[in-house]
Amino acid sequence: MNQNVTTRSLNVDGREVPINGERNLLEVIRKAGIDLPTFCYHSDLSVYGACRLCLVEIEGRGIQGACSTPAEPGMKVRTQTAEIREIRQIAIELLLANHNQQCPTCPKNTACQLQDVARKLGIRKVRFKPLHEPEPLDETSVSLVRDPGKCVLCGDCVRFCAEIQGIGAIDFAFRGHDAAVLPAFGLGLGEGECVNCGQCAAVCPTGALSPRPEVDAVWQALHDPAKTVVAQVAPAVRVALGEIFGLPPGTVSSSQLVTALRRLGVAKVYDTAFSADLTVVEEAHEFLQRKASGQRLPQFTSCCPAWVKFAEQYFPDLLPNLSSCKSPQQMLGALCKAILPAELGIPRRDLVVVSIMPCTAKKFEAKRPEFARDGLPDVDHVLTTQELGRMIEEAGLRFADLEPGSFDLPLGFKTGAGIIFGNSGGVSEAVLRCAVEKLTGQSLANPDFYQVRGEAGVRFADLSVHDTRLRLAVVHGLKNARILAEKVRRGEHALDLIEVMACPGGCVGGAGQPVSRGAAARQSRARGLYDADKHLELHKSQENPFVTGCYQRHLGEVGGHEAHQLLHTRYENRRSPAPSEPPAHGTL
Amino acid sequence: MTHTPKPDCAGRRLTKIRDILDRHGRRASRLVPILQAVQEEYRYLPREVLTEVAAALEVSPARVFGVATFYSHFAIEPKGKHLVKLCDGTACHVKDSIPILEAIRRRLGLKAGQRTTSDRLFTVETVACLGACGLAPVVVVDDQVHGQMTPESAVQLIEDVLAREVAP
Ligand code: SF4
Ligand code: SF4
Ligand code: FES
Repeated sequence: MNQNVTTRSLNVDGREVPINGERNLLEVIRKAGIDLPTFCYHSDLSVYGACRLCLVEIEGRGIQGACSTPAEPGMKVRTQTAEIREIRQIAIELLLANHNQQCPTCPKNTACQLQDVARKLGIRKVRFKPLHEPEPLDETSVSLVRDPGKCVLCGDCVRFCAEIQGIGAIDFAFRGHDAAVLPAFGLGLGEGECVNCGQCAAVCPTGALSPRPEVDAVWQALHDPAKTVVAQVAPAVRVALGEIFGLPPGTVSSSQLVTALRRLGVAKVYDTAFSADLTVVEEAHEFLQRKASGQRLPQFTSCCPAWVKFAEQYFPDLLPNLSSCKSPQQMLGALCKAILPAELGIPRRDLVVVSIMPCTAKKFEAKRPEFARDGLPDVDHVLTTQELGRMIEEAGLRFADLEPGSFDLPLGFKTGAGIIFGNSGGVSEAVLRCAVEKLTGQSLANPDFYQVRGEAGVRFADLSVHDTRLRLAVVHGLKNARILAEKVRRGEHALDLIEVMACPGGCVGGAGQPVSRGAAARQSRARGLYDADKHLELHKSQENPFVTGCYQRHLGEVGGHEAHQLLHTRYENRRSPAPSEPPAHGTL
Repeated sequence: MTHTPKPDCAGRRLTKIRDILDRHGRRASRLVPILQAVQEEYRYLPREVLTEVAAALEVSPARVFGVATFYSHFAIEPKGKHLVKLCDGTACHVKDSIPILEAIRRRLGLKAGQRTTSDRLFTVETVACLGACGLAPVVVVDDQVHGQMTPESAVQLIEDVLAREVAP
């Protein structure tokens, strides 16, 4: 074949499309502007090729799966033929025959890919009879609900958990007619190694895995005249909630969000970015102490509860290296329950703290026993961004038309450092903005540390501040964290501070965010948070006047006794009993 | 589906497991032969042992469970004292083996996904072709082959075993 330029293209439905290093034919076809339906293809994961929806006809080769066929120059591809249409329709009908079709009551309703493809292919009836008895829901997890009757066996969740999170909490089991995706030994999802990150639910094309809803409990509290409900909103929520109401990802919608919460009946709307500022001050102090003594370094961040459980399971020997700081969610919860009853003149049991989080693991975190006093949790309920969106819809509020509102003081005032917590690299940058000033004793003219920003799953930064060297690593995805932590354990990598977020891109890519496919939405959300930082007046946590005020009125000294009582925590060794050596699970 | 093996082998002879693992160089690629050796040792794959195998091979327990349940040769529950095998090869299938299976399972009170009675007296399995197609449909009770079964005659075989159990 001659090697001139024209051979670097292939023909899709009569149009030439250049090939530019795409991983497979499917990506070339998508680039040509044709959305082939797929269930089992996810660009970050390995190719499985099981659903057979991505079929195309290749001249001379017949019908092939586009996701598992390499793109070759000169190929003649047709995406629409009578035969392909028929095969696709049968495939969808077969899936629907064994799918618990309760769409109106399904949490994925309107965001389900099966529903979407069935609609697009105009499926009007299903000719096949179901083979399975209905199976009960798995409600053992406080973060997620598993509905086996809706599983299409695409394996997206299995591959995400193994390939990106390095856990493998769920896998295919049994075979043929009995094949199922199950946690080990057929136990419940809440009974094993799952760390509640929810990313399996985020990639699940149907409602087989979904965040566990707490909407009813929150409505109940809001409707109870004896209760005072206060809310806190995590940074990443404000750049994603608008997507549910048709705004582009990354649009900062804090002002409508605050008004919406007030209209739902929330008495005070606070900002988790405030307690993120508090976290920065405590965590930077802790870090500099460790740095000065040279002990328990590197310090790992502790604000991601999926990472914390992961470390408790697989790296109990490194738990002393985790920052003892509570996460911003738990700091704010503890502060609310400590301060507000007296300030508002209500009994503690009538104060209900609701968090709005991009995250399913935060639901688990809020229920950890150490975060409750006298049987009353510091955070009573955790709603995901999706759930808040649903409540706003249920209340019939026209989101875009809501008059702007602002967070309540003092726990609603934040600096840009608290805002960027929602991005991978944000915690490191915020801590640097504080620690570097402490080290130099001078005000930092430019607060931006571009070294720690970016998309890559593992990033390193090496800074010299006077005669102190600061070596940082920023990771997202727990498999990346595992690889790095193993190096730390073996003493192979000298580092001072390691930031770990379980979700791709950090919390902006959390599993509680509105359903989106691909990285584009979370990249826009990340930009939204960095822009929000730019637009705020203050960029350093230590300059937050309400943080300072909080220390004066309630917490005493930074890192002192009172602060430790309210803002710090401890960890639990969750290593499964009696393994012969540290379990570190790879995939086969 | 719930598969909850009783932890009767818990902790017992875990050194045996270490021997098996060492024999196979603790390599994840040897998972299937390792499971085979474990099954020979215990006659089934106890959960505690699978957990141990997973940890040693650095494979997730869910993956080990997946492999253990993929091969019908492996049992994740202990087998009962009496083994009832029902042939579901093509010949037996067309001669209505499934109603026989259902009748036996009903008689023994087995729930969906359960292969062994809670008193551990019976394990009921289906197997692909026993090579006795002339006798279809075939039921094997403790290695004794019974041909041309009906749901009634198969249940009678169970009754016979039960009768022998009460009056040995
Ligand atoms: S929530 Fe995370 S850890 Fe748990 S099964 Fe899903 S992907 Fe795996
Ligand atoms: S990265 Fe953020 S959203 Fe994801 S599990 Fe951790 S805290 Fe939750
Ligand atoms: S997307 Fe190609 S087979 Fe599923």
